[in-house]
Parts: sequence; C-alpha cells; structure tokens
Amino acid sequence: MSDKQIKSIDDLVAWQEALKKSAARYRARVLICMTGCRALGAQDVAARFKERLGELNMTDDIAVVETGCIGMCAIAPVMLIEPWDYLYGHVAPDDVDEIIEQTLKNSKPVERLAVKQDDAPVCAKSDVNFYGKQKQLVLENCGRIDPRRIEDAIERGAYAAAITAITEKTPDEVVEETIASGLRGRGGAGFPTGVKWKFARQSPGEEKYLICNADEGDPGAFMDRALLEGDPHRVIEGMITAAYAIGANKGFIYVRAEYPIAVEHINIALDQARACRLLGDGIGGSDFNFDIEIRMGAGAFVCGEETALIASIEGSRGMPRPRPPFPAVSGYLGKPTNINNVETFANVPLILKNGAKAYSRIGTEKSKGTKIFALAGKVKNTGLVEVPMGTTLRRIVYDIGGGILDDKPFKAAQLGGPSGGCIPAEYLDCEIDYDSVQQIGAIMGSGGLIVMDEETCMVDIARYFLEFVQSESCGKCTPCRVGTKKMLDILESICAGQATMDDLATLERLAEDIKKASLCGLGQTAPNPVLSTVKNFRDEYVEHIEEKKCPAGVCKDLLGYEILEVCVGCGACRRVCPVDAITGEKKEVHVIDQDKCIKCGQCFTVCKFEAITR
Amino acid sequence: MESLDGILDDKPNAGPSDLIPILQQIQAEYGYLPKPVLMEVSKRTGVAASKIYGVATFYEQFCLEPRGRYTVKCCRGTACHVRGGPDIAEAISRAIGVEPGDTTEDMRFTFETVACLGTCFLAPVIMVNNDYYGNLTAGKVPEILERYT
Repeated sequence: MSDKQIKSIDDLVAWQEALKKSAARYRARVLICMTGCRALGAQDVAARFKERLGELNMTDDIAVVETGCIGMCAIAPVMLIEPWDYLYGHVAPDDVDEIIEQTLKNSKPVERLAVKQDDAPVCAKSDVNFYGKQKQLVLENCGRIDPRRIEDAIERGAYAAAITAITEKTPDEVVEETIASGLRGRGGAGFPTGVKWKFARQSPGEEKYLICNADEGDPGAFMDRALLEGDPHRVIEGMITAAYAIGANKGFIYVRAEYPIAVEHINIALDQARACRLLGDGIGGSDFNFDIEIRMGAGAFVCGEETALIASIEGSRGMPRPRPPFPAVSGYLGKPTNINNVETFANVPLILKNGAKAYSRIGTEKSKGTKIFALAGKVKNTGLVEVPMGTTLRRIVYDIGGGILDDKPFKAAQLGGPSGGCIPAEYLDCEIDYDSVQQIGAIMGSGGLIVMDEETCMVDIARYFLEFVQSESCGKCTPCRVGTKKMLDILESICAGQATMDDLATLERLAEDIKKASLCGLGQTAPNPVLSTVKNFRDEYVEHIEEKKCPAGVCKDLLGYEILEVCVGCGACRRVCPVDAITGEKKEVHVIDQDKCIKCGQCFTVCKFEAITR
Repeated sequence: MESLDGILDDKPNAGPSDLIPILQQIQAEYGYLPKPVLMEVSKRTGVAASKIYGVATFYEQFCLEPRGRYTVKCCRGTACHVRGGPDIAEAISRAIGVEPGDTTEDMRFTFETVACLGTCFLAPVIMVNNDYYGNLTAGKVPEILERYT
C-alpha cells in the first residue's frame, strides 16, 4: 500500500510526475486482460510470461501488467504490447516464447496472432477496424492499467479533476458545469445528470446520500462490469465529484453479486484511495469528507430500479415506491439521495478535466459525449464498443462489429434489454442517440446491443423477455404482476401454435395498458419488446398463428424434424442424437422416431447433406 | 452458531439496514440460510423473523435449503439465448437429472439459471462454481460435468 498522503492538488501532480518518471524505466509493457479473458485461460498466459521473463532476466525493463478489459472479447485471451501497440488474440501459454523472441527482443509483430482483415494480418491496435472506428474516452484506461494499483491510475491522471473541483470550485459551479456538458444518465432513462444533482443539492437537510447503481441487470450488458473491473478509480473519482456537488458525505456502490471480480477490485480501490486521503476525511487536504461503502445485490433485476435499490440497501424486499417523492427529495432513510449509473459517474472526470464545452463538442445536439455498448449475439467482433452519440447502427454492427457471423443477412439488433426494442434492417442508418432511438421503437438502455440473424425467432425473443420480466417482477402492482403473466401466456400459446388473431389483438391492448398503469420502470417498459416486435415483424407473428410455422426454426412445438430421401446414411446424426431417436444402417436412409425426438436440432446442425428438414 | 457469532461481532449495532449483508455472509459461511440461524439473527438484531423470511425468499441468491457441492449456473441472458442457451440448459438437465432450482439427490450438483453472467462474448456460457465454460454446444456438456466428482 502506498504511504503517500495527498493534501493538495500539488501533492497529486507531484506524485503523478514521479510515477511517470519511474514508469519510463520500462522499454516495453505486456498488457494482458485479466477480467473477462480469465474465463479462457489468461491467468496461465500471464504466469508463463512472468516465469519466462524471470528466467531470461528481462524483468527489469519489461513489465507484465494484468489489466481490465481490452475490448475485443471475441479474440480472448487478448494481449496488447506497448510501445508498438501490437494486438494479439487467442493467446496461449505456448505462444509466449515466440512473443518474447519476435516482439520483445526484435520489435517485430507475431503475425499469426494478429487480427485478420481481408485475409491480411493487422498488427497495430489502431489499424484494427474494431478499434480504429471507436472513440475510447471513458474506456481510455481499461486495458492500459492494473486496476488493483492506484499508482497506475494516478500516473494517467486519476483524481486530478476531482481534487481540483473540490478545492477550487464551489458545489454550485460543479453542478452548473455538469448541466452545461449535457451529460445524460447512462443507465437507460437518459435524464440530464446535472439537473438531477441540482434537485438533490437544493433539497433541505445536512444528511444526504450518493449511490452508484452498479446492478447492471440487463441481460447482455457488461459495460459497467468492465469499468468497475478495469478502471474503478475513475468511478470513485466521479462519485467524489458528485458527492461534493450535492453535499453528501456518505455513498454506496450497489454492485450485483454476480460480479465477484468487480467487487474485489472496488474493495481494493477504496482501501487504496482511503490510504492516501483521496477518500474519507479531508479529501485532498480540503474540508470535504466523503466515504463509500459497498453493498452487494442479491440477485433481483428489479433492484436496478432506483427506489427498489434504496429499499434493498435499507434491508427490505426490493420493491419500488411511488414517485413523487423522488429520491432527490426523499431517498435512503428518507433523506435526499442521488443515484447515478456507473458509466454516468465515469464520464464526470472528463467533464471536470476538459470543461463542459469540450465535452459537448462530441455527440449530437441533445445527446452529448460517447456511449459504451456491449456488442454481442450473432456478430463477429463481440466486445466493448465506445462511440460518439449519433453513430449509426450500421457503423457499430458492420464497421466495428465486422458484420454478421457467417456473413448472413442482418435481421435485427436488440437495444435496451428487457425495456427495449428490436431494430430491423430498415433502420441500420439510424444515428443512435436517446431521442432517435425512441422514435424507432426502442430505448438506448444501458448499452446492451444484441445482434440477431435469420435463426432468431422474433416471437420467441418477445416471449423470452416476458418470461424474464415475469420472474423478476416484484409483485407489488397488479398491472405488472398479473399483466405480464397474461402477456406471457398469450406469447407461449403463439409459440405453441395454439393462438388466434384475437389473442394478438388482446396482446397489443394489454401491452398499452400495462405501460400506462405499472408502478415502476420494470412494468412500464416490460411491454416494449412485444410492441416493437409486433410492429416490425408482424409477419412472423401471423405465420405462427395462422400457419402454425416458425420460419426461424426455433419454436419447438412448431417444428418436426424429418430425414429426406437424399440421406446418404453417413450416421453423423445418429451418433450425435442425445436420446438415440435416430436409427439406420450404414449407407441407408436414416429415420427419426418422432416419439423420442426432443427437437434439440443437433442432427440438423451436423448433417452435411441437407438431408434433414424441420 | 459460532460462525454467526463471528459475523455479528463485526456489526455490534446491527439493524435492519445490515440485514442483507448479514444474510450474504451467512450464506457464504454455511452454504445456505439455515432456519435456526435466521431465528437467532432475528433475536440479536431485533428484525422480525417474518421480515427476514420475506427478504430471504425475495432475492434469488438466497437459498433456504442445503446446496450441492457444485453449483452449475447456466446463463439465460439475451446473448446466450440467441446462441443456443436453452439447449444447453436442457443438456444439463439431461446429464444430471434435475431441473433448474433443484439439487441432485447425492448433493453433488445444484442447478440454477442466471439472468446474465456478464460474459456475453462467450455465449452460450455456464459456470460450475467459479469456473467458466463458454462457446458451448449441448454435446460438450456431459464431459464438462463429469470432471466434478
């Protein structure tokens, strides 16, 4: 633990200078993602590097740094080597010797580990399309620092903006700067952040609270996870600034329990910040006191809703409360409370460092700054993408994402999680910002962007989201508790081929009513996936209902797998069937026993002769 | 109750706001929330047992029954759903013979589905305790589970 005590902005700047000097002793740095990539063996790669560099006496001027998310998760385990910025993917321990020899000793790239574009290796990170077309500002430290070392963050400027703000500006000035920047909440609703802070600031009382919503419950979203795991000090810095602005002395980070690495890294970061007076009493030598406690979620999606989150921190069932009163007036323990999303806080240091004017030059007229998207699904380059507001969907999916897997046609992009909608191909050139996305029937949401192709059934997607919402509904209000159940019943009957067109009309009516009558955002937005898929993919619904067919081949009750006469009897399907439903002699046409068939589709996938239909 | 003593000693004036962290520590220590322990928590914190029961049954993470040695978590997030997640869940059920939410009779596995594990680039993905297995097909499932005896 460092023994530095920061008692002024000058102390911080001096520390930063000293750290830069000592970092200059390294002629190269091997940056290995140790967050998501851990799942594919990154720990073994790092261990091998350290072992070999030790044996070769190269540790004095080569650093091996375990970092946060480097972003291009599709090629995990990912590695970046400075100063050349060579990007390597699918790295294994057996590759280490070659990397040391070729790159660290001879400054040359190992082309077979580089990303391929048009069949040619592209070795430098900025030349890789995935990165070249992004604008990584909030993510600038992720993948460049060891998130468990505050020194790494300080060297890159962490806490300078916050300490300057609390020692040289008034709280009102900080609020006004944030309003002028145009920053809107990154959790999904997009409310102007500075205005929200102003409400809390103006609420009477000395006891106020600040909460960071790190629940990130949207399935398919992992932006906040990456920020907390890869650059926790940025989030803490944003929180210190916000707490100063509203007048809070106590804060919470409410992080979902499913993110153990994030919890670990935040804990380390908080301890380190406290140790050098960047958190706690007299922050940076000022007379501002602020400390943060971590609370873990316990597996309830609804606790991402701010009043339910507050209830959870108070030790109750996570049930939302009617608003007004809003948390800014009466929140945690009835006191004025300001809640912001992780990414929102992570944007704050940028605003205070460069000023509101510079910040607002990026983005569109009403949506300023950048947005981080978690790109996943049927797209080639899955991973974290940060782009200016106003970037088109086409650019994200094709230029950055590399297009659809197997170059299939684009069917839809799901944006906004269970509160969002499915955007069809005709809107690929939509410039994504808070307002434009609403006009095409979706919401920005927290940033999960799931790409879908012809093998995704849009009716099944609506059913999937409703099933999710039904199980996560807190049960307090009737429109949500009962309404989403009725909607789910109808969708299940559509997927089972038992619905009528009247049921579809009922579904649409129910959706509108539930939107209007539900107590909180969960119920109010639960019908969105249904409404957007019925609007944009109505034909699929009609085909399920009138022809009892699922064109995407997903709804099992509407499928019947059969082997055609063209079958050559290779036996591949018979071997792969998990329930031994297929019989047949070698070189003879095989047969599926329909009573045993569980419609898993493995035979269909494995047949090389297109001899199976469904 | 010694473990409970340890947990509550850290929080001498534990009140309602501390309930969820206390329950989380109990679950980490005992593997689940045993009823006698919950009754003791009620006595010591002054929070009504009915309220504790309400909180314990609201949150997905809390378990009132003993769990298996290995928890198999199958992700049912959107990215996993779109890449064949439901087939993986079915394959797990077939392999160990229980539905999501249940524990095998020999207390070897507890099977759960989770709304999202946050590793969407690995879709479809499962976790067995803290080990991740991604880019799965139904065929790979039995072999992975066999490693956990």
